[in-house]
Amino acid sequence: MNGSARVLSNLNTSSAPIERVVSFTRIFKETGFRFVTMSCSDLGEAIDLLYHFDKDLDLRSMRVVVPKGGAISSITSVYSCAMLIENEIKEHFGVDFEGLPIDFNGTMYLDEEVHKTPFCKIGIVKKPAAEQEV
Amino acid sequence: MARTTLPFGPQHPVLPEPIHLSLVLEDEIVIQAIPKLGYVHRGLEKMAEIRDHNQMIQIVERTCGICSTLHAMCYCQGIEALMGVEVPERAKFLRVVWAEMHRIHSHLLWLGLFADAFGFESLFMQCWRIRERIMDLQEATSGNRVIVSVNVVGGVKRDIKPETQQWILDTLKLVERDVLQLKSTVMDDYTVQRRTVGIGVLTKEKAFELGACGPMLRASGVAQDMRQLGYAAYGQLDFTPVVETDGDCYARTLCRFNEIFQGIDLIRQAFAKLPEGELAVKAKGLPSGEVLSRVEQPRGECLYYIKASGQKFLDRLRIRTPTFNNLAPLLELLPGCELADVPVLILTIDPCISCTER
Repeated sequence: MNGSARVLSNLNTSSAPIERVVSFTRIFKETGFRFVTMSCSDLGEAIDLLYHFDKDLDLRSMRVVVPKGGAISSITSVYSCAMLIENEIKEHFGVDFEGLPIDFNGTMYLDEEVHKTPFCKIGIVKKPAAEQEV
Repeated sequence: MARTTLPFGPQHPVLPEPIHLSLVLEDEIVIQAIPKLGYVHRGLEKMAEIRDHNQMIQIVERTCGICSTLHAMCYCQGIEALMGVEVPERAKFLRVVWAEMHRIHSHLLWLGLFADAFGFESLFMQCWRIRERIMDLQEATSGNRVIVSVNVVGGVKRDIKPETQQWILDTLKLVERDVLQLKSTVMDDYTVQRRTVGIGVLTKEKAFELGACGPMLRASGVAQDMRQLGYAAYGQLDFTPVVETDGDCYARTLCRFNEIFQGIDLIRQAFAKLPEGELAVKAKGLPSGEVLSRVEQPRGECLYYIKASGQKFLDRLRIRTPTFNNLAPLLELLPGCELADVPVLILTIDPCISCTER
């Protein structure tokens, strides 16, 4: 099999409870992993978040399931570069990341007139913009 | 000192594609940079829900014109892993040839734009003149100059015949000669050095922490290149990542120059070892499961997340392009730099905004 494609399995993917996402992420950083990106998919009643980390070309993933329209702590306090991808997921899937240093409030790609999350199979209405100025 | 907010882009002479940066300045020094994306967001990932997994190859190829074949290769590798398809050896080597052609022409395109950013117009024209030779090779081997549509699930759909291989090798000799001449002209130039040496220094630690990838990461001293994974036929070729250590704009330019020579060498190796055999195997059934596929694009690591459940359409396709990751280091580099260096710094990450926004 080709060397660059990795099928996700229990061997390379761990699960984390929603309230411990930051502490689990910190373990990845302290053990020398680079933050690669996050992936996201709609499970119907919940959103499946996957955090991807790499160390010496060894790719590991951490899975967190968030209720639809729910909130989760931002990992930008550990990896500041997660800011853009967390904003993207917030915009496309409606997951609210608490503690984002720059929060586009769903307008990173889309216009303010878009009120629903376009990447959910059944879109949810976006929350009103916070008072933070971007 | 009063602060000024200066809008940079989305339309700017140095930007080939639209991105907006709000630059907060004190005098001529940048204090903060806030990006605004969305000018070329097409929602390509969403297309996976209405196009079957074979039709999606044509969609992902259009994520980026410059890296078209690499997007398709990354996607096909993911689907092949899910379906348990083993690609024929000849197809693996041919994939390397087209991938390296893309890298060479992408780096020449970037070098031209970079020269244009600091007013070196003749260099801009020279780079693009040399690049035309590669575009001719792409057109002759795939039928298209830009969108090189050769990948299918299970292999490739075009062959390169021995006489064409010889013509490619002869052309690469000319490209190598011209780029070698260009390299000393550019890298020894006083003005180029003044505009790039010590500008936008990204340390090894910062590059790693900020998730930088590609030449941006390797110019800071980190020897990481997805080709080390050995995908396609890279595992059978002699390959070591090009690394520079200074982490500035000069190092990143040098890194890309050396990757052009490396690309030429890899094509030569691929042709020398090209085995006989079929071009593709038929992939039966439908993909099921979750997979992460990675390739090294000219701008860096590209990652595809594919989720399928044995249906005609994929459940989810997520594309993480290298520029998306290199925006974080850019936003780190801009504060503290002079306004005149902003165009050079933006171009030094080799931004591709249509890739980033998909």
